[in-house]
Amino acid sequence: MRDVNGPLSAATIVVALVFAVWFLLRCALNRPPSRFDLLAGLALGALVAVLCLVAVVGLFGDDRPSEVGTFVGYLFTAVAFMPTAVVLARMEPTRWGTLILGVAALVMPVLVLRLQQIASVTGG
Amino acid sequence: MAEQRTRPRDAALGTGLGRVLLLVYGIFALSASARALVQITTHFTEAPLAYLLSALAGLVYIAATVGLAIGGPRGRAIALTSCSIELLGVLVVGTLTIVDAVAFPDATVWSEFGQGYGYVPLVLPFIGLWWVWRHRPTAP
Repeated sequence: MRDVNGPLSAATIVVALVFAVWFLLRCALNRPPSRFDLLAGLALGALVAVLCLVAVVGLFGDDRPSEVGTFVGYLFTAVAFMPTAVVLARMEPTRWGTLILGVAALVMPVLVLRLQQIASVTGG
Repeated sequence: MAEQRTRPRDAALGTGLGRVLLLVYGIFALSASARALVQITTHFTEAPLAYLLSALAGLVYIAATVGLAIGGPRGRAIALTSCSIELLGVLVVGTLTIVDAVAFPDATVWSEFGQGYGYVPLVLPFIGLWWVWRHRPTAP
């Protein structure tokens, strides 16, 4: 499972953190989520979805993570997270909607790191 | 569907900041419960105490989320109780995991004051209690 430990994961984490700073800044400036913010959230979600797709393909390879169930659970969570946050943010057209996007963007790196952690324990 | 009754004014669901708070509480309710479920179903015998504690933490987070969300006298009581248990839990378990690491061979959300979760579990009960305190009923 070296797939989830590659540059794609690193890129996802960096993008998520950059977006998180952006969203928190926008929240601090009392801005509701703009169209750009929502699209940025979706873009981050798409990036994570690609990463998860790569991970799923890796599941059919040789070195599977020993905790496949947990791994798949995290995959589902990771894929669903940003789209959910974008829907919630659209329902809350105030600065707090932007904070929802910010919190979600902060959770993404954690999810990716956990995926990497679980993936690195293989065999057994 | 039209709402039959008005929502209590201190319900966290009614304000934007409250909704963000609920989101964070919800994330922890989900992650703590899911973790406990996996631990208990796959290798319960390895560390029963730690895993039961995980399950308790999950239930407490769920209760806190619900209590904060609905508000009103009942919601306040639920939120106050669960946030207090949560604060007590993270402090006691946090201290125990550092003083007596042998008793906790596997991690819970509250281990080492929630270090594995960016210390958010340590901060969260304070925010929950602050919410309850800020929306305390004022004398008429």
